[in-house]
Amino acid sequence: MEIKDMYREIIRDHNMYPDHKEEIEDPDLVLRGVNPSCGDDISLQLKLKDGVITDGSFTGSGCAISQASADLMLELVIGKSSEEALRLADIFNRMIRSEATEEEIEELDEAGALESISHMPARVKCALLGWRTIKEMLQT
Amino acid sequence: MYTNPWRKDFPILQDERYVYLDSAATSQRPKQVTDAVTHFYETVNANPLRGLYEWSVGATDAYENARAEAASFIGAARPEEVIFVRNATEALNLAAWTYGRTFINEGDEIVVAITEHHSNILPWQAVAKERKAKLVYLECDEEGTYTEEELRRRIGPKTALVAIAQTSNVLGSSNPVALAAQIAHENGAVMVVDGAQSTPHIPVRVQELGADFFAFSGHKMLGPMGIGVLYGRMELLEKIPPFLRGGEMIEYVTRQDATFAEIPHRFEAGTVNAAGAVGLQAAIGYLKQVGFDAVEQQEVRLTTRLMEGLSKLDYVTVYGPKDPARHSGIVSFNIEGCHPHDVSSLLDLEHIAIRAGHHCAQPLMQYMKIQSSCRASIYFYNTEEEIDRLLEAVPLVREELGYGN
Repeated sequence: MEIKDMYREIIRDHNMYPDHKEEIEDPDLVLRGVNPSCGDDISLQLKLKDGVITDGSFTGSGCAISQASADLMLELVIGKSSEEALRLADIFNRMIRSEATEEEIEELDEAGALESISHMPARVKCALLGWRTIKEMLQT
Repeated sequence: MYTNPWRKDFPILQDERYVYLDSAATSQRPKQVTDAVTHFYETVNANPLRGLYEWSVGATDAYENARAEAASFIGAARPEEVIFVRNATEALNLAAWTYGRTFINEGDEIVVAITEHHSNILPWQAVAKERKAKLVYLECDEEGTYTEEELRRRIGPKTALVAIAQTSNVLGSSNPVALAAQIAHENGAVMVVDGAQSTPHIPVRVQELGADFFAFSGHKMLGPMGIGVLYGRMELLEKIPPFLRGGEMIEYVTRQDATFAEIPHRFEAGTVNAAGAVGLQAAIGYLKQVGFDAVEQQEVRLTTRLMEGLSKLDYVTVYGPKDPARHSGIVSFNIEGCHPHDVSSLLDLEHIAIRAGHHCAQPLMQYMKIQSSCRASIYFYNTEEEIDRLLEAVPLVREELGYGN
């Protein structure tokens, strides 16, 4: 997908009308993720039961890429196990660095549409913010 | 239609697909400058100041001629007052690590402006910490103006040093440097001026400004990257210790001790950037040919066009002075709801280059209560077509981010 189409079709919607940008009640895990140089600043909240992410949300502010990417990530990982979420985060990470296979990218569902950010090196940090934060939350 | 007579000299600007509005970050270079650098390497290249043979002597002459030209360009009393460094950042660090560390004492105050670039804040922060001095900020109004009252409120008997930029790299506003220098001197303080953003646009006279130290970069004024100047008043240069130590800055070295070379070479350790200095000299020559009146005229013409265009868009906020003539070609703005990084990325798809972010001035961003901004910066080689292309793209970018139609 061209960068412009990515903005038009994916980022715009998930930035303007995010599905998961809200507070959730009694989250089990909360972690703040920040890109100090851009000012992207999110707080990721997760509910876990028996190793499965049963709900999740984020709050905060930042550029459209950081916000949309966090929203797409939550869409993907809610209902999945922590291990699965970490595996998908790893695929996303590699996709943004042009190191993931097409089959792997398909597993990312709509988040796979952010692949062309690999052609925008200055924006990689923005796309990775949510994924970096969830990785930190689930690994510790 | 007005045709820009200088644009043809800039090879990189001949590709009309591209709109370059980031000259405050670094300017483009005319062929005359890159030719001068090439000519140096192809005709006299050798290590200056060392060799006792023809080429090295030629390289030394080229380097020292460039110094004399730079000195006269900023109105220094003598060439030795010009120390070649990499850029304005290194120049300010040199002043901080030599003068600051030696002459600023516990309880002293260092006064900087809230509009400063990090390179004129961080060295003083470090000196203040090390010497147990206090860092004091001058605060400006919405247009970036510092009043005499504010200068007199912050600069006082405890002030040991005042460090202010002549022109803000975010707002484009020019600061009352000569007045600040006068008040600093009344209080026995030293005046450091960051000229990185002013030197490309206006004639600089360091003595009339009352600058004790004055820093600027070559790369923002058509010169090569990696060459800059710290001007220091001779009386102060004579008092301060060397900055970096090593090659060709010594007089005599024993196992345990050393004496140092004369000023300015005392402050230029290691092999110098002679080709860069030659390039800077060519840049100065080119700027003189254009003339600062013409530079200003073209910048004001384009800045006015840009600000008038942006003012018609009610979702755009422009920062700094209301008067385009006070912007030094710098127009910082935000589009409501749109993060500057997204704006810049989308403009890039149209081959329009602007800067987005905090512009290395985070204390100012905090003071203005914004996270970041877009910044279009104009130099005399820009054209009305480029301004119009930016103005046409702004509504489209906003639409692509989901606002408007």
